[in-house]
Order: sequence, then C-alpha cells, then structure tokens
Amino acid sequence: MDVAVTAKEIKRDDLLQMYHYLRLTRALEDRITALYRQGRIVGGVYTSHGMEAIAVGYASALERDDIIAPYHRDMGAFLIRGFTPGEVLAQYLGKRAGPSKGKDGNVHMGDLRRGVFGFVSHLADNLPVAAGAALAFKIRGESRVVFTGTGDGGTSRGDFHEAMNLAAVRKLPVVFYCNNNQYAYSTPIRLQMAVPNVVDRAKAYGMPGEIVDGNDVAAVYLAAKYAIARARAGEGPTFLEFKTMRMHGHSEHDPAKYVPPELLEEWKKEDPILKAEQLLKQLSYGDDSYFQEVVERVKKEVEAGVEFAEQAPLPEGPEVLEGVFADKADSY
Amino acid sequence: MMTMTEATEDVSYVDAISQALDEEMARDERVFLMGEDIGTYGGAFKITEGFLQKYGEWRVLDTPLAESGIVGAAIGAAMMGLRPVVEMQFADFISCAFDQITEVAAKNHYRWGAAVPMVIRAPFGGGVHGGPFHSECPEGWFFHSPGLKLVAPSTPYDAKGLLKAAIRDPNPVIYFEHKFLYRRIKSALPQEDFVVPLGKADIKRVGNDISVITYGAMVHLALESAQTLADEGIDLEVIDLRTLIPIDKEAIYSSVRKTSKAILLHEDNKTGGIGAEIAARLAEDCFDCLDGPIVRIAPPDTPVPFSTPLEEFFLPKTSDIVSAARKLAAY
Repeated sequence: MDVAVTAKEIKRDDLLQMYHYLRLTRALEDRITALYRQGRIVGGVYTSHGMEAIAVGYASALERDDIIAPYHRDMGAFLIRGFTPGEVLAQYLGKRAGPSKGKDGNVHMGDLRRGVFGFVSHLADNLPVAAGAALAFKIRGESRVVFTGTGDGGTSRGDFHEAMNLAAVRKLPVVFYCNNNQYAYSTPIRLQMAVPNVVDRAKAYGMPGEIVDGNDVAAVYLAAKYAIARARAGEGPTFLEFKTMRMHGHSEHDPAKYVPPELLEEWKKEDPILKAEQLLKQLSYGDDSYFQEVVERVKKEVEAGVEFAEQAPLPEGPEVLEGVFADKADSY
Repeated sequence: MMTMTEATEDVSYVDAISQALDEEMARDERVFLMGEDIGTYGGAFKITEGFLQKYGEWRVLDTPLAESGIVGAAIGAAMMGLRPVVEMQFADFISCAFDQITEVAAKNHYRWGAAVPMVIRAPFGGGVHGGPFHSECPEGWFFHSPGLKLVAPSTPYDAKGLLKAAIRDPNPVIYFEHKFLYRRIKSALPQEDFVVPLGKADIKRVGNDISVITYGAMVHLALESAQTLADEGIDLEVIDLRTLIPIDKEAIYSSVRKTSKAILLHEDNKTGGIGAEIAARLAEDCFDCLDGPIVRIAPPDTPVPFSTPLEEFFLPKTSDIVSAARKLAAY
C-alpha cells in the first residue's frame, strides 16, 4: 500500500503538527542525553530515540479528554498533552517545578488534569490500571477512551495478560499497544516469546490486533484512529503492535553492545523523522527549508526549557514527608 | 415507634459488612464492587448476596480470576473518581496483587498527586480449618508500605463503621475482616448512619495493671483472658487498635503510661509483625514508664497449618495470655 495515498486521509495541519512533535521529542531527548553525559542529569535516562513516531502518532489520534497511560519511551505523548520541555527538564533535574516535584525522576510524570497516568517502572503495571479507567468510563456512560501500552518485554508479565483479558471480557474502551523494539534491556525477542509476532497474543483474548510500522507516524496515527473509534463505539479493545527498533541502549548508560551493528544500520534507514520528511515532500506539505525552520524552532523551545529548569529551585529535604496520603480525591 | 438512636436487633459481624456496603452503595453512586464470584454467587461468604439484582452488573462486577488485574482496574477507576470496593476471596490471595497495591496504589499520590480512593476487603485469619492458603494474616506485608491505610475490626459495630469510613476515605485502604468472627459475634447496631473514624483505637476493657494491645479476633481472646485474670486480681486493659495504619500511638502510649506493662498480641506470626513495631515504639518513647519487659504473644514463624492440633498449637490461646500476664504482674 502506498503510504502517501493512505496518509492523504490525514489533514495537512495534523501531519505538520506531528512532524513538529517528532522534532521536538528528538531535540528534547538529545538535550537530556547531553545533560546526562555532562553529569548534570543523574539517574536513568530512557529515550524514544528512533521510536518517536509511536507516541506522537497515537497521542495525536486521541481526543483531549481521553486518557493516556504511557510507557517509558513515549515522550511525544507527554509533549502533546501539554507537558513543556521546561517541566520535563525540571523533572529530570529533580526540581520542584517538575510534575513529580522531585519525588520521582525522568519519564515518571503524570497529571490527571492532563489525562496522563504516571508511569510505573514495573512494566505493564499500568495496563490493568488503564483498563480500570476505561471501566469507569463504561460505568459512567462516557464516550472516552484509554490508550496504554508497554514494550515487547512487558508483554511477558502477568499484568499484561490480566489487563487484556479483563478488558476483552467487559468490552472496555481501551486500546493496548506494544512498542516492539526488539530488545527488552539486553534480551532479544526470541528469548522473550515463542510467537513470531507480539500481536499473536491478542487472539487468545478474542481481541483484534494489527501489526503497524512503528516508524511511520502516519501509519501509527491511522491505526490508532481506527482502534480508538472502535473502542469509542463500544466494540471493545484492540491490540496494536508497533514494530520498531531501539536505537540506543536500554538507558543511556548502556552501550548496547549486544545489539548487532548491522541491525542498527538497517534501521537507521527507517528513522521516523526521515520517513516523515519523505512523506511530507511526497504530499507537497513541506520541503527542506520548512524542515530546517522546524528544527530551529524546537531547538529554541528546548533551550528555553533548559534555562527554566536549571534556574528552578530544588525541593527542600523535609518536603520528602509531604503527600504520602491524599486529603481529597477528585473526579476526572 | 423507633427513634433514630434506638438500636437494631443483633447483627452479625458478616451482616454488618454487608450493611455497610449496601448503605454506601445506596448513598453514593460512585461506589461499586469488583471481585471473584461476588455477583451471581453472592461471594464466597455471601456478603454480597442480592447485590447484583439490586445494583446491576456494572456496579457488582464478577471478574476473571486475576487479583492483580482486579486491583489494578480498581486503581484506574478510583483515579477517575469512582469508589471501588474490591473483594479478595481470601486475604491469602492478596499476594497476587501485592505489586499493584504496594507499587501503584500506595505510591501514586506521593509520586504524582493522583489520589486512589479504593478499598480492598481481605477476609483473613485462622481458626477455620483453612490451612496455609486460606488462613493467613498478611497485614504485616502492607504495614511496611507507606501510602496504604490498614483496618482490622473486631466487632460488628467497628466492622460497619470502619468500612464506611474506609469507603469515604480518599486513600487506598485494606480492610482486614476476620473470617472467624463472621458468624460468631453479634451485637445491636445504631439505626442511623455512623462511621468509626480511621486511626482511632478503642479501649475494649478498661483496666489498671497490664495493657494488652491487639486487633481482630485476638481482641476477644484478650477479653476472655481478662475475665479469668480478674478473679486473680490482675486487671487487664484491652486496647483494640482497629486501624493499623495510621496507628493510634496516643491511645497505646496513654494506656501503657497508666499500666506500665504491655502485652502485644496478634495472630500474624511473630517476626516482623505489628507487635514488633509497637514494642520498638514503646521502647523508644515510653521506656521511662515501663515496669516490666514488653511481651509479645504471636504464632511461631511457620505457615498456618491445617490439622486441628497443629492449628491449635499455632494460634495464641487464652492460656498464653493468662500465663504471660501472671509473669508480668509479678514485676
């Protein structure tokens, strides 16, 4: 199928906006990696480098009051939901201005007002939680949808299966995805599962599934749109397997020498930004000078974020004691 | 004509739990139930019998057999603004949901400000020939996890009032209901709506000589022992913690300051149990007022055994309390 033909279904402005977020994600995460290498960011740095199209594509396909329960390589989803580069950098730097006020680091950001669940390191933990949010929508008769996922490794955990099963039995308005980037830390997919495709697991739950080119933002967007519409119409959950490749280590401390270099060379040609630019040119929506403008624009945005985050105050030690218990619980 | 303050007929502990659920569901449409076999079957202990017919399948959800998934789903629904009450068929099975409870429910508010107003009902405790997988007291595991509230009532009044308070609390609460007490304890309850606030212990027997600090079914064992000891002139004060987290330190301390002696009694095994923590707190904060060693009475560090003589040996007995109290009284 000619990608450009299918992508015509997407509005020009929407595609251009997705390109903006691909570039912003790349620029922000490259900057975070640089700060990490300089020792200015401590702790773990997990990026979506080379996989940016997944979060940008699916988050663009959702409505504002839908819920996202992202995994740790979904920076684009945070940006699309209004987390600014300054806030994200403040989070990485352990500043009070970060969404977790220094209580947690890196991509462990969440905000119910912006419809984003905080990521839990125990992979797939948020999948049943996402199903529960979808259950709330079903109970209240709301036409809202939840989008959640994990990596290929996360699909081996019980919570993945319990969530898929629960959601399928009750036809909950939730979309599950897998970022299949071929490696769970150092473990290749062949040691993770005995099925050729992660999507094969969906069949066991009576759930439709689809394999999608995870490096093609238009394909991700369209597949997500379809699955979201299905969920919203009360037809139940869908499983989407986004095929991609993890181009960096598990975390930035990891040189990933266990990944064959020729595999990375092969996937470099599939870079999601490159593919998006090819598509935009094919559709005559953008050219090299436009792309350069976007690069300059996001660079400024990221640098303003760095300045904000570096100047933002650190929390005071005794703040550790705050927030263990809630004194109220709102509705969202 | 009955007045508002007039008491009902005697209500069992198990019916008090049913009443609390029913009244909270009628009062607040956000409250809904999830669990295995709670709908059509009415629950393994029949606590939710008739609820499916009354409230419908979207407020009384029979779920797949998946404790982690159920608790996870309840967390998600709670964050959206509903008030889920999850039933673990037996508290023992809560281990399957340990990760969701300790890593997600307990930490969400601290990490990113998301309140998780939910209740997990956990039928716990031995003395019912349940064996290693249907008799456990798993409260110790959660006692060590900041962000959770833990409740363990010993009477129908507390069972009803604490469950209502737990449902109305904006935090994740594990409600440990004792299976041995379900149909053995009855009392009259007020007609009107009432709650027993979380975090408040209750003096179940006022005494001057020794404080027995306990919770759950052991409260009744302590009260029985107190009768025996009263004849010998040893006057026990029985403190029912009712809430394990947040623990009512003031009630514990003020009792021990009065009696100068403390017995910590629980059905969970001894090492790392709630008694260990209270003993340490008393040593830290009330050392000056102690007139004897702090004594713990708790089962040995083994799984809960099945065979009757084994389980009888395992569980604390009135004779354990009586002999410990006699020794302590001699100081």
